Amino acid sequence: MISEKNRNDAISIRSKGYPIVRRSRVALGSADAIAAEPGIDVAPAPARATPRRLPLWLSPRRRRDFLIFLLFAGPNIALIIVFCWRPVIQNVQYSLLNWTLGNQNAFFIGLDNYVEFFTGEGGRVLWTTLLFTVFTVGGSLILGLLIALVLNRKLIGTTLARSAVFAPFVLSGVGVGLVWVFIFDPVVGVLSIILRDLHLPVPAWFLQPGPALAMVCIVFVWKNLGYCGVIYLAGLQSVPRDVMEAAAIDGAGPVRRFFSITLPLLSPTTFFLVITTILNSLQSFDLIKIMTPLNSGTTTLMYDVYLQAFGGYNRGGYSAALATILFVILLIVTFVQLRFVERRVHYS
Amino acid sequence: MTVTATRPRRGRPSGRRAAGTILAGYLPLVIATLIVALPLLWMILSSLKSPGEVITKNLVLFPAHPSISAYLTASHEVNFPRLFLNSVIVTGVGSAIKIFLALMTAYALVFVQFPLKKIIFPVILVALMVPPQVSLVPNYTLIAGLGGVNTYWGIILPGLGTAFGTFLFRQQFLALPQEILEAAEMDGAGHFSRLFRVVVPITVPTIATVALVTIVNEWNDYLWPLVVTNSSSMMTLPVGLTLLKNSEGDVSEYPVLMAGAVVVIIPILILFAFLQRYIVAGLTQGAVR
Repeated sequence: MISEKNRNDAISIRSKGYPIVRRSRVALGSADAIAAEPGIDVAPAPARATPRRLPLWLSPRRRRDFLIFLLFAGPNIALIIVFCWRPVIQNVQYSLLNWTLGNQNAFFIGLDNYVEFFTGEGGRVLWTTLLFTVFTVGGSLILGLLIALVLNRKLIGTTLARSAVFAPFVLSGVGVGLVWVFIFDPVVGVLSIILRDLHLPVPAWFLQPGPALAMVCIVFVWKNLGYCGVIYLAGLQSVPRDVMEAAAIDGAGPVRRFFSITLPLLSPTTFFLVITTILNSLQSFDLIKIMTPLNSGTTTLMYDVYLQAFGGYNRGGYSAALATILFVILLIVTFVQLRFVERRVHYS
Repeated sequence: MTVTATRPRRGRPSGRRAAGTILAGYLPLVIATLIVALPLLWMILSSLKSPGEVITKNLVLFPAHPSISAYLTASHEVNFPRLFLNSVIVTGVGSAIKIFLALMTAYALVFVQFPLKKIIFPVILVALMVPPQVSLVPNYTLIAGLGGVNTYWGIILPGLGTAFGTFLFRQQFLALPQEILEAAEMDGAGHFSRLFRVVVPITVPTIATVALVTIVNEWNDYLWPLVVTNSSSMMTLPVGLTLLKNSEGDVSEYPVLMAGAVVVIIPILILFAFLQRYIVAGLTQGAVR
């Protein structure tokens, strides 16, 4: 941070025909040292300022840096503005239109798209989104913590196991979805065969809303628990050992130590993971699309954004309204994160 | 990120201790690993089975005669080599440009003077919080209007603006000793050679991290390529697999679907196996300092 501040403070000057001098970081804070050097002039002496001195930002060096900056950072910034920022604003504009995707004509209908959503399918979609989020976040965190506890031991093979459990997180959602579609298949799937052998009922995973949602949640958790596990593991390893030992000497058993010391100390990690996993599952698309194409009870808000515009309805305006609602929800979650991440409690 | 187990073991009678270690330590460890590994192993095994070994209510664990016929069938139904090539092109070109842009932007943000930097950095940073999912319709309208449907550039372009890499590189650059760059400047090196001859060579681990995370994301990217392609010759692998699934209502085609899953999953799995340290570090950045 400091180095950048210094660079911003660095100024170029031109006076009395001396060459342009940039106050370097090394010399900052010791203007005397500069003044003592021969041939170098220090700017901020007002009496010496000549009338033909250019405004700071117009000096040749500044102008060159200006161009370099635009050349280096410009393309990326332009791309971000065009493909990241513009859509957010344009979504709001589209959301006020009755507009079929690909059609030249659109009609301004005010807030009708929003009214339609909240009085129509909105309740169901938001409820599905909520269930999906709660189950995936809860599942990923609880299982992730268990995995972390398992990995947090000095045993041969923990490094390998850690890599193994993390792996699904980086794999294609489409590929993973296909594998699990096969496993869940009601007739030939390995899970169904096992359930039948145990004389347990086999849910209609792909047809009934409840089992379909449960199935997608299970796979999402499977894909994400390694991520939560690895981050929890890092949290566990920062738990001070002396506190644990003191508690053990005081007679607290492992369970007591876990709930009274470890879990509270992990609360910043838990908070971070809750937020990241919420954001992750709100944006989840691949698994839902590949596993439940019949769209039985797994239409989350994100999936509906896709479905309305590209799932055969071509409802551009309505989809944009849904995207705007999704964006607002993401914004609120992110805001909560920024608001509380600064205030998170440190125990040590 | 280096994670090492440091839990001290309490003294117990040694016989019980060994049994306890196995029960409390290794058993959960093995179970955790199996939960993750078994579905993937099942995928590979099933892709080598014959349809007859799959259409059965009795479990066939291992294929009697492992064969790659499912892979060949899959290649007949969708043009696998073409899909693979498309994925490689999109991933390769997209990742290369992204890393280049991120390096340039981060360099400019840290080493070049510009009056509005304090405004520009948040503009980039907040892009981290705007997922591509939200920009679906406006980006599709723009790209389709420019004729980008079913083109490589149409798939690649909207994802190029990069906040993740820029952010990581900026962190890294801020930690570099200034003297190195000042020395290079004294030697008359321009910004380009300062970036690529001085900064890049000493930032290789961070570049590897960003590159790997970018490659993984580009390879797995599904939603945007799905929306912007409808011709099977321009689809990436994940999108093409959807085609495979749509064309199969038949359970006997599961080996074919598993073959498809293997083709999309295995390259990343291999990459992960060898370079997981960088990938895990990159993906958990921000959580662990």
